[in-house]
Amino acid sequence: MNPHPYAFLAVFAAAAVAFPLALLAVAQLWFKVFQPPKPGPVKNAIYECGVAPTGDAWIQFQAHYYLYAILFLIFDVEVLFLLPFAVVFTSLSAGALLAMLAFILLLAEGLVWAWHRGHLEWR
Amino acid sequence: MSDPAAPPSPPSPPSPPTQAERDELRRHGILLTSLEELYNWGRSHSVWPLQFGLACCAIEMIAASMARFDIARFGSEVFRPSPRQADLLIVSGTVTKKMAPQVVRLWNQMPEPKYCIAMGACAISGGPFKQGYNVLKGIDRYIPVDLYIPGCPPRPEALLHGLMQLQEKIRAQTISGPEAPRHLQAGGAPECAVPDFGAHDLQPPQNPEVWRPPTIIRGGGA
Repeated sequence: MNPHPYAFLAVFAAAAVAFPLALLAVAQLWFKVFQPPKPGPVKNAIYECGVAPTGDAWIQFQAHYYLYAILFLIFDVEVLFLLPFAVVFTSLSAGALLAMLAFILLLAEGLVWAWHRGHLEWR
Repeated sequence: MSDPAAPPSPPSPPSPPTQAERDELRRHGILLTSLEELYNWGRSHSVWPLQFGLACCAIEMIAASMARFDIARFGSEVFRPSPRQADLLIVSGTVTKKMAPQVVRLWNQMPEPKYCIAMGACAISGGPFKQGYNVLKGIDRYIPVDLYIPGCPPRPEALLHGLMQLQEKIRAQTISGPEAPRHLQAGGAPECAVPDFGAHDLQPPQNPEVWRPPTIIRGGGA
């Protein structure tokens, strides 16, 4: 009986799973026997530059720069798409025109929101 | 290899093979080793130091890691920026009392097996600044030092020599028994106490587990 022509793939797959698993098992065995963990309050500290850590690692990080991200998206991406839009403007179908207008409307909505909130004022 | 072959000793199965027997086997292309030797061989040739410099000795340490002296020949070129990945703490320079808690904390954060080299006169004893009010009189007051490299500062060759001595020490360690490294001993390798800033000095002034002030015993009594 001849083996299936793709049977070697199954053998390869089994070897590919077994080989790393065997290595991981050996590493785990070595860890258990010769690398007993020695945890401690200083060793497990969250900060590792010698300075005593203060506070918790889970702090709230305030993303102040989301406004710049939104304004950048409005102006930069709009220009990026408006330029090819203007080049092929005369040969566009009605559907493409509507899609483009919806896109501009979405961005303009963001601009109106930022304007309304006073984010365009230079402070 | 040009030496005449030592006469092979008579076989004695219970005892481990002697060096002469190993040499004879090696001449025939057979390498004899044990798990312990393989383990020590591997880790003695990849001692990763902590990227940590304190004073002018650190300049020599940096020079040792550069192309002219080339610490990479000994497998120690990988200076780790995190104590979690380092095997070797080279205390390279004057340890001020302001800096001592940080050094001890870094030492504590290194995983076992770890080694410490006191490089230069300052790290050993305070050196020329020993009389200074703010200088620690030797880092061995707080952490166990494996190797002392004298010099002010030691030249890079001295650091390399020290590293080779440390490799010898690592290779001589067993992975069981009384000669085993401290983290394999029962209850071994506790964290070293990190000193606090007291009113006049570090508190405690030394770690009694690794260092005690020398006691002067006056003669006489009889």
